Amino acid sequence: MNIHEHQAKAVLKTFGAPVAEGVAIFSADEAAAAADKLPGPLWVVKSQIHAGGRGKGKFKELPADAKGGVRLAFSKEDVVKNAQEMLGNTLVTHQTGPEGKQVNRLYIEDGADIATELYCSLLVNRETGQVAFVVSTEGGMDIEQVAEETPEKIQTIDINPETGVTADDAAKICDALELTGTAREDMMSLAGILYRAFTEKDMALLEINPLIVMDNGRVRVLDAKVSFDGNALFRHPDIMELRDTTEEDAKEIEASKYDLAYVALDGNIGCMVNGAGLAMATMDIIKLYGAEPANFLDVGGGATTEKVTAAFKIITADPNVKGILVNIFGGIMRCDVIAEGVVTAVKDVGLKVPLVVRLEGTNVEKGKSIINESGLNVIAADDLDDAAQKIVAAVKEAE
Amino acid sequence: MSIIVDKNTKVIVQGLTGKTGTFHTEQALQYYGTQMVAGVHPKKGGESWTSGLDSSAELPIYASVAEAKDRTGADASVIYVPPAGAGAAIIEAIDAEIPFIVCITEGIPVMDMVKVKAKLEKSNSMLLGPNCPGILTPEECKIGIMPGSIFKKGSVGVVSRSGTLTYEAVFQTSQVGLGQTTAVGIGGDPVKGTEFIDVLEKFLADDATESIIMIGEIGGSAEEDAAQFLADEAKKGRKKPTVGFIAGRTAPPGRTMGHAGAIVSGGKGGAEDKIAAMEAAGIRVSPSPARLGTTLEDLLKG
Repeated sequence: MNIHEHQAKAVLKTFGAPVAEGVAIFSADEAAAAADKLPGPLWVVKSQIHAGGRGKGKFKELPADAKGGVRLAFSKEDVVKNAQEMLGNTLVTHQTGPEGKQVNRLYIEDGADIATELYCSLLVNRETGQVAFVVSTEGGMDIEQVAEETPEKIQTIDINPETGVTADDAAKICDALELTGTAREDMMSLAGILYRAFTEKDMALLEINPLIVMDNGRVRVLDAKVSFDGNALFRHPDIMELRDTTEEDAKEIEASKYDLAYVALDGNIGCMVNGAGLAMATMDIIKLYGAEPANFLDVGGGATTEKVTAAFKIITADPNVKGILVNIFGGIMRCDVIAEGVVTAVKDVGLKVPLVVRLEGTNVEKGKSIINESGLNVIAADDLDDAAQKIVAAVKEAE
Repeated sequence: MSIIVDKNTKVIVQGLTGKTGTFHTEQALQYYGTQMVAGVHPKKGGESWTSGLDSSAELPIYASVAEAKDRTGADASVIYVPPAGAGAAIIEAIDAEIPFIVCITEGIPVMDMVKVKAKLEKSNSMLLGPNCPGILTPEECKIGIMPGSIFKKGSVGVVSRSGTLTYEAVFQTSQVGLGQTTAVGIGGDPVKGTEFIDVLEKFLADDATESIIMIGEIGGSAEEDAAQFLADEAKKGRKKPTVGFIAGRTAPPGRTMGHAGAIVSGGKGGAEDKIAAMEAAGIRVSPSPARLGTTLEDLLKG
């Protein structure tokens, strides 16, 4: 689960991380009051969307030479003017895709005098199974670009979970960031703070880009991007409250209510599959035969008729879907349960597009006979190859 | 022959008394009499469990893994405990020095697995999973949730990050008549126990395993590491015909595709890099998940 920058900073602040003072606003009417709460003479007006690259992003509705999604303001009037221009408009960045994201909230922050921009992130290193700091002196730019062009400027420091951040680890981080004096002292303690925040709140990613050293030598978290491990949210009700569903796909929200793993895609063949690997492979094979999948959908191992019905409704609600492929290899999931769910859903919502069903595994004969006896117009398939070819052909024919 | 488990393997169940644990233990007992020997439940020690499929199949329940191991001489434990307690259940099994631990549970917080991993590395236990379908040696032993009916005793070693794709590989190698020595599902989580390399090493060492199917997916670099391992071993003359498949060629970057570990992030973990690494190591990569069996058949014909 992702949260906004201002929320991420509030979480980090509770652990003692140095962040600027700021106020989140949802309408331009609140801008003047927000600016009043901050000392000035420099304010930063930041678009709050769940995507990076906001500074270099462009608003769809504004002229091409208009400023981006993060703006400096040198007076309170300037804060209000920028807020009016930004709120409600659509920001397109290299992470949002061409459709962009509507800016529904802004963060008005106290400005800082930046001496140096650094990069610092924490994540779980899959190779070691440990939390790692990834740090670089090349802050303020796209880290993927740094990784490509100057990989030697990125250092990874793994942390032993049984000791946490040791003085030795913190020193390594400071060395990698080439910090001295006050900034080094700040970072020595900040390393432990960030590690505690990451582990205690079950974060999946904590990215500070940039982490800055100010003119006065102090370190500050200038931007923060945090996402959480969805599997650990049950023990963090405070974090759950930070969820902003306006940032999520409506179909994905509906799917999550039924505990379905669903990802919306751009194609026109809807898929319902059991198992994440098979669901991905089903998307791949649709592409292999010349069409594009409309979604990833894993109904999971323990699906019920209700869950299958919900999944089917979500797929058919997508106006782009011109055909549906149901691909089930029953292990724990019994084919007859899937078949009953499909029949119930079709009777409930109707079927306006071709439907191919491939069943294999536990109770396959029972499943096939439920489909056959339903009287529904379902195209049966023998295996995955056959199923993919049949649905691609049926959709092409309908066009 | 087989790897890791056979007809002599004695298995205890952590989470036996729940719905999932009960269902799959009943199935395992029915599968060529897999030696399920006891259950563990902290509050139900001294009670017993009876299979709903066969009232003569009764298992004792002990209050701790250590006690269950003492009483039964178990060499494996399978875990069906819900996610919030599963990390602690794995640690209990490690502390009790169970040699082989299989965790089926999906949805364990990553931070819990970071703690498990640190414990595991200082122990002699082997952990399979979590978020995996388990392991099955045809006609001998079934630990986990794989459907026994699709297996056939034979010569192919199957290793996979995905449950249902394991079934595809098993089903297809049964259909072409090759059958399996052992199928191992290593699971879809980013932090886990057994990796591809651990399993491949055992398949290379097992005389009965004549060929291998390896199924990976996007995210991480375990497939690249495994390909490198096979290439290095081949130079030493240890080589078996291997077919590979990678799921997720069409997955959009930055999105988690069902499995917590299946994500292309920061330009890393994409399918094309994995396929290239596998092909460079001499693995025949099947373009379609429906042709794993036939691709292997073709490869063996030469």
